[in-house]
Amino acid sequence: MQLEGQIRIPSGCAIAAVISKEGKKMSGKSIVDSMVPMHERSNGLGGGFAGYGIYPEYKDFYAFHFFFDNRSVQKDTEQYLKESYEIVKSQPIPVRKIPAIVDEPIVYRYFLAPLKSSVANAQLDEREFVARTVMHININIKGAYVVSSGKNMGVFKAVGFPEDVGKFYRLDEYEGYSWTAHGRYPTNTPGWWGGAHPFALLDYTIVHNGEISSYDANRRFIEMYGYKCTLQTDTEVITYISDYLLRKQGLTLDELASVIAAPFWSTIAKKSPEERAKLTYLRTVYSGLLVTGPFSIVLGFEGGLMALNDRLKLRSMVVAEKDDKVYVASEEASIRVMCPDVKDVYAPEGGEPVIVKVEEGKY
Amino acid sequence: MIIDARQYTNEDLNNTVRQCASQVQIDNCLGQRFIGAGLSGKKITVNGTPGNALGAYLNGADIVVNGNAQDAVGDTMNEGCIFIHGNTGDAAGYAMRGGKIYVEGNAGYRAGIHMKAYKQKLPVMIIGGRCGSFLGEYLAGGIIVVLGMNTDGKKIVGNFPCTGMHGGKVYLRTTDNSIDFPSQVNTHKATKEDMQEIIPYLEEFCKVFGKNPDELLKEGFTVVSPNTANPYKQMYVTN
Repeated sequence: MQLEGQIRIPSGCAIAAVISKEGKKMSGKSIVDSMVPMHERSNGLGGGFAGYGIYPEYKDFYAFHFFFDNRSVQKDTEQYLKESYEIVKSQPIPVRKIPAIVDEPIVYRYFLAPLKSSVANAQLDEREFVARTVMHININIKGAYVVSSGKNMGVFKAVGFPEDVGKFYRLDEYEGYSWTAHGRYPTNTPGWWGGAHPFALLDYTIVHNGEISSYDANRRFIEMYGYKCTLQTDTEVITYISDYLLRKQGLTLDELASVIAAPFWSTIAKKSPEERAKLTYLRTVYSGLLVTGPFSIVLGFEGGLMALNDRLKLRSMVVAEKDDKVYVASEEASIRVMCPDVKDVYAPEGGEPVIVKVEEGKY
Repeated sequence: MIIDARQYTNEDLNNTVRQCASQVQIDNCLGQRFIGAGLSGKKITVNGTPGNALGAYLNGADIVVNGNAQDAVGDTMNEGCIFIHGNTGDAAGYAMRGGKIYVEGNAGYRAGIHMKAYKQKLPVMIIGGRCGSFLGEYLAGGIIVVLGMNTDGKKIVGNFPCTGMHGGKVYLRTTDNSIDFPSQVNTHKATKEDMQEIIPYLEEFCKVFGKNPDELLKEGFTVVSPNTANPYKQMYVTN
C-alpha cells in the first residue's frame, strides 16, 4: 500500500464535540451517533474520537494509545519505554470485530509513570519529558505510532466511517465528560490508521475539517522547536502548534486563536489601540504559525475544549448549548442527534474561538 | 403525502419525494441532503433540520422549512420559492439565477454569493435577521435584502460585504454608515424608486412570516450597487 506522502488524492470532513461544563460523564454512544447524519462528509478512509475523563482509575498515569505494525516493534517499544517509565498497566484496547473495519494494526494501551530519576536526569519538566518520548517513538521506531499520550484521556481512530470506528472501539462502554469526533474525507493523501484524526500530543487533541494551505510554512516553523511532523497529514501540525503555544509559550486559548486564525491587518486596524497592539504583536512574533486555508477545528484538552473556524470561515461549524452541555458540529443535524430539542444553534464567526471549560475540580 | 424521514437516507428520501404527488410533507427531517433538488411542480414542507443543498437546482417547486436550514440552500436554483422559518447556514442562494429565498432569521457567511440575473430571471433573497461576512460576494445580478430584525445588538452584516460585486442590488435596512464596503461599490440611501422594486417582495415576506410591513418600512434602507466608474474588471483585465 502507498502511504501518505507517496500518493496524492485530489478530492471534506465532519467534526463534532460535546462537553459537560459540570464534568458529568456521558457514554461515547451519543457522539458516535452524532456522526451518522454527516455520513456523506466522510468517505470511509478515516474516523476517530477523543474521550476525556475515560480512565478515572488510572488518572494519575499517562495513557499511551499505540498502533504497532507487528509484535517485534511492540517489543522494541516496550523495551524503550521501560528505560524511563514504570508500565503500570498494559493491555490490548478492547475492540469489537466488525466487517466494516479491517486490516487493523496491533492496538494497545499503556498506563505509564515516568521514572523520577529519568525526568531529573533529563532536566526537564515531566510533561516535556513525556512529549519528547512521543516524538522519539514516532520518529525513530519504525512501525510504532503513539496515538495519544495524555492523562485520563484517549484517542480511538481507524480507517473506516466514524460510526463504524465507534462501534469497533466499543465507545458505548466508556464514559467521559468531553468527546470530540471526526469523519475523514482525505483530500490529498490516502487514508491510513495513523493519518486518521484526532491528532494528539499529551492531552491536546485536534479534529479538523479543511485543508491547510500554510502546512509547510507551519511545519518548518514548528520543527525548529523539537517537533517533527511524521504522520504527513496537515492536521498534525495544528496539534503541535497548540502544544507549543499553550504549554511552552504560555499563551491563553484566545491568544492561540489570534495566532492561528489571525484577523486581517485591515480588521486589526479597526480595533482599539490596546487590542491592536496585542494582535499586531501576536501576528508578528508568530507569523509562521498563521494557519491559512479552510478549517474548522476542535481542540480538546484536559478540562475543556476550543472550537475555531478559519478567519474567512471557509468551513461550516455550529454551536449550541443546553443545561450543562455545549455541542459543536459541522452540521446542526449532528447536534440534534445528541440533543433533539436544543435551541439557539448559532454559527461563530470566522476566527472567533468558542472556549468551554469544565468547572474547576469537576474533572 | 407525509413522510417520516427517520427511516430514510438522502437517496431514498429524495426518490420518494420525486415520486410523490404535488404535496409532500417531510417530518422528523434530520440532515438529509439535496431535498427537492431540481424539482418543479411540487410543494414540499420540511419539519425538522434539512441537510445541505436544500433545493439545489430547484426548478419551480416551493419549499417551506419549519426549522433551521444548513449550508448551500438553493444552490444554483432556477425557479421556485424556499421559505425558511428559522436560520440558514453558509452560502445560501449560491449562484442562484431565479426564484426566491426568504429566511425569517439569520443567514451565515456568503449569503447570495454569485447570484445572477438574465432577462426575465431575477433571483430575490430576503434575510429577516442579520448576515455573516461576505454578503453578496461576487454578486452579478438579482436582489438581496437584509432586514436586520432581532440582531441581538450585532451588526446587520459581518465584514467585507459585497466584495467582488459587479451587478445586482443589495438592500440593507439600516442607515449605519460605519459598514466598510469595497471601493468598487456605491451606497446610497434608498429612493422611492428603489423601494418600489422591493415592496411587493417585502409584502410577501411579511405575509409568510407574519410581520408588519409598515413597521419594516419605518426605517431607512441603504442600497449597494456596483460602482460603474471603478468596476472590478479594471482590477483583473484592461479590455
